[in-house]
Parts: sequence; C-alpha cells; structure tokens
Amino acid sequence: MDSGNSPANSGLRKTALNALHKRLGAKMVNFGGWDMPVEYPCSGNLMCEHRAVRGGVGVFDVSHMGDIRIHGAKKAGGALAAVQHLTMNDASKLAIGQAQYSAMLYPNGTFVDDVIVHRLGEDDYLLVINAGTREKDISWVRENTKGMDCQVEDLSDAYTQLAIQGPRAAEVLQKLTDAKLETIKNYWFTHGTVCGLPNTLIARTGYTGEDGFEIYVPSDVVTSERVWNEVFAAGKEFGIVACGLGARNTLRLESKMALYEHEISDKINVWEAGLDRYCHLEKGEFIGREALVRLKAEGLRRALVGLEMVERGIARDGYRCLDESGNEIGVVTSGSPSPTLGKNIALAYVPPAMTGLGTAVFVEIRGQKVKAVVVGTPFYKRVRTPRAQPGMAVPR
Amino acid sequence: MGYPTQFKYSKDHEWIDVKGAVATVGITDYAQHELGDVVFVELPKVGAKVTTGKTFGSVESVKAVSEIYAPASGEVTEANGALVQKPEVINTDPHTAGWLIKIKLANPAEVGALMDAAAYEAFIAEKQKEASA
Repeated sequence: MDSGNSPANSGLRKTALNALHKRLGAKMVNFGGWDMPVEYPCSGNLMCEHRAVRGGVGVFDVSHMGDIRIHGAKKAGGALAAVQHLTMNDASKLAIGQAQYSAMLYPNGTFVDDVIVHRLGEDDYLLVINAGTREKDISWVRENTKGMDCQVEDLSDAYTQLAIQGPRAAEVLQKLTDAKLETIKNYWFTHGTVCGLPNTLIARTGYTGEDGFEIYVPSDVVTSERVWNEVFAAGKEFGIVACGLGARNTLRLESKMALYEHEISDKINVWEAGLDRYCHLEKGEFIGREALVRLKAEGLRRALVGLEMVERGIARDGYRCLDESGNEIGVVTSGSPSPTLGKNIALAYVPPAMTGLGTAVFVEIRGQKVKAVVVGTPFYKRVRTPRAQPGMAVPR
Repeated sequence: MGYPTQFKYSKDHEWIDVKGAVATVGITDYAQHELGDVVFVELPKVGAKVTTGKTFGSVESVKAVSEIYAPASGEVTEANGALVQKPEVINTDPHTAGWLIKIKLANPAEVGALMDAAAYEAFIAEKQKEASA
C-alpha cells in the first residue's frame, strides 16, 4: 500500500511547541510548509480527538496561523479605513472587543484568504489569517494599504496560539485566568491574565463548531510549553486531549467551515461559496466589490452544497461529481467520514439546478459512480445551552 | 507486535502467507499504524485477477486513502467480508483477523523475491530513521 509521504522535514517551519508534540509522540505532517501534528496516538488518534472536542474539551496548537495588526493612524479612523478597503465584511460595525468572520478578495471577487477581524481598540485591528497564506496575505495587506494612513505590523511569529475547544473549554480556561469568561459572548474577546501572563488576548473563537477559546501567548518555547502544560493540568478532570490537524479538519467540515484552497480560493467567488452574509456591499468601496456586484447580476454558475454518501464509499477532496449519466457536473472540495454522524459527508460545487435538498449527485470514486444526496448544512450544529447567570440552576 | 517469520513482505507494506499454491494477503502493522484508524475497505470480488505490483483495492482511514498493491499475481478465492462491518480489525489484528484476500497464486516462485521478516524489519527501521531526520 502507499506508505504516504515522509519527506525529510528539515525545510519545514516549526511552531514553538514542535518539540513538545514530538515528545508526546504525535504523528507529524507537512501542512502549508509547517511541521504540524496531525493526530496523537496518546489521545487515541483522530476519532478520539474529534469526540473529545464534541463531548468534552481538546487543545490544538494553531500557532502556524498568522496575525496582522493594523493601527497607528495619524488621524482617527485611518486603520478602520484600511480594514474596510481590504475586507468584505463591515468592520465599522465592530465594538471594541468584538470580532467578525471576513475575507480579503481579489479585484475579481475571488478569495485572497478568509480572516477573522478583531477590533482591539479605538482604531486598532488584528487580522488572524491562515498559515498557508501568511506571506501572501502580508504582502497583499502592505501593497494595498500603501499611501493609506495606518501602520501594518506582522505579528505572526510573536504568538503561540492555542485553541481550547469543546463544551468544557470555558471551565478549563477559567481556572487559568482572572477574566470573567461568562461575560465573553461568541466572537467576542478580552484581554486578561492567563497562566500569570498579563494582557493576554482571549477570544471566544474557533474552527470546530463547539464553544471554545483561542489564547495568544508569547511564542518563546519555555512560555509556550508552560502554558500548554497548565492547560492540560486544568483540563485533566474533563478528560482533555491534545488534538491535531486531522480532527481539526473533521470538526470544521461537520460545521461547514471553509478551508482555503478547498471551499474558497482565488478561483471561487463569494456568492458561489455561499458567504453572502459576511459580505456587505452596502458598506462602501472594498477590493472586489465591483466584480461582486456584476457577478450578482449575472447569477450563479455553481454553488457549494453539502453531500451525504448513500452508497458505500468516501467522497474526498478533488473527486469529480457526476450526474446520473456520468457527465462531470462539479467537484468535491472537502470530504471525509464524519465521526459525529457516522456517515460519509462532503462539500461540493454543483450547478445551481442541483442544489435542492435530496438531489442525487454521484461522486466518482476510483472510477466508480457512487451515489450521494444533497443535504442541509452545517451537517452538525451544537446545542446551545443558556449561559449560567448567578443563582440560576443549569441542568447538565 | 512482531512480524511473523513465515510471512513474506513487500516494499508497499503488504504481507503474504503462502500455503502451497494459495496465499493470504494483508497489510502490515507498520502500514496500519501509519494509516490510523481504518474506516473503510474496498476489496476485489472472488474470481478477480490480481497482478504483482498493481492495486487490487484500498484501505481508508478518516484522513487518507491508501491503495493496496498485490505482492504476487493470482486469482482471488476469498475476500474478508468481516472488514465491511468492522474495518477497525485491520488496526487491532493486521497480521491475523485483519487479512484482506486469499489468492490462488499464478506463479508461486514470485514470492521468493519478497523480503523475509528480518529484512522487512530492517526496511521499516530505515524508514523510521528517515522520518525523524
């Protein structure tokens, strides 16, 4: 059988926790030029990691992601103007301490990258970007803010970013911080002392579809390992496990969250990707807006749908979608078994006429036509329980 | 887990257990470990012909598909149907209950060219060294 690629990994970039992952016996993989853990045998591997996040709590090292700070304008509003020009969502709607999912687009309305925009201060923004597009994004931001009133700072190497995700994540993190986590709503953030580190960014964000937090601590090895170990100690009673990129992918797929180069790319536009709700044409000018207006008028040529396999087989990234007669009608962007659902699921681009729920779409798997149906997404939605108020009895 | 000395091994991490003109084929412990938890197996039908070095099926984990290559040529006499319901047996018992197919060998002498257990263990030790370089 294929033994898979085991390239000499001396050329790969490493996060501060790289040695720690290896000491834990993690299986490593090259992700976008980074030497990252894909799964941990000590966690019981992917399935166990996935289930831990859905039912308890798991921790991910996501330090490979990048961070761009836009601030330092001479006149108030300079940084906001830059962010508004670069991104499709309306950053002017953000309160200090609030974040939004957004994207940077090319002039033709396709994706440079997706991004989470955090409003740190009056006119101070942090863009968290993907690992594989770090350099491209930073160049893009610098190029497109030339002559604008703001400073662009690449803080990507400054942070070790840990994602603590799952229904018990808040309980774990609360043990380690003075910040009152119950006051932080989803997609909001604060700064507090975490593991003794003052002014640490604590964001209620994540890529799993569960409740959770991302914390940004200094990226030196000693601090990074200390924080990881303290998170583990705090999470022990909840069965916390280390989680790798394998589980990260199955979790985000079940929650229908886009992955760059799959659901979004420089060949796919905002409307096709179904990200309309994060695109605010009415906010005014931004890169890609003109093209989007035109594309909206032209109508969709393809749309992103969820698929569930009904015949035996696993649809995977890049597999062709066919109609009943075997004609190619689209492509799978991401596909995998769903640990939570016990089914094989996928996201795919198909013609608008085939996006109705229950439509049969065939996936070509090693030369065979295997039947799937269009289903609603997200495939999985977490149950949101009301956050406990003092004096309120909350059933477990 | 040791590597049974009566098996022969291919560079693609398959094992073959020859008994006269009939052989059982599976993937090795090294292979199942690299793959992770197996969730899906695709095997040929009885009567199908397999050819040395060509794929005859696939073993899938959550995150990857791995083609399986025939270590010898022949005709499939049995496919391990238990793996349809319980593919995870490949992880727990790759050398015994996790067998994939049985074949009637077209050319039993072919098997001689494969590695014995000691050679295979040396082969994977080399791979593990490369991977941690």
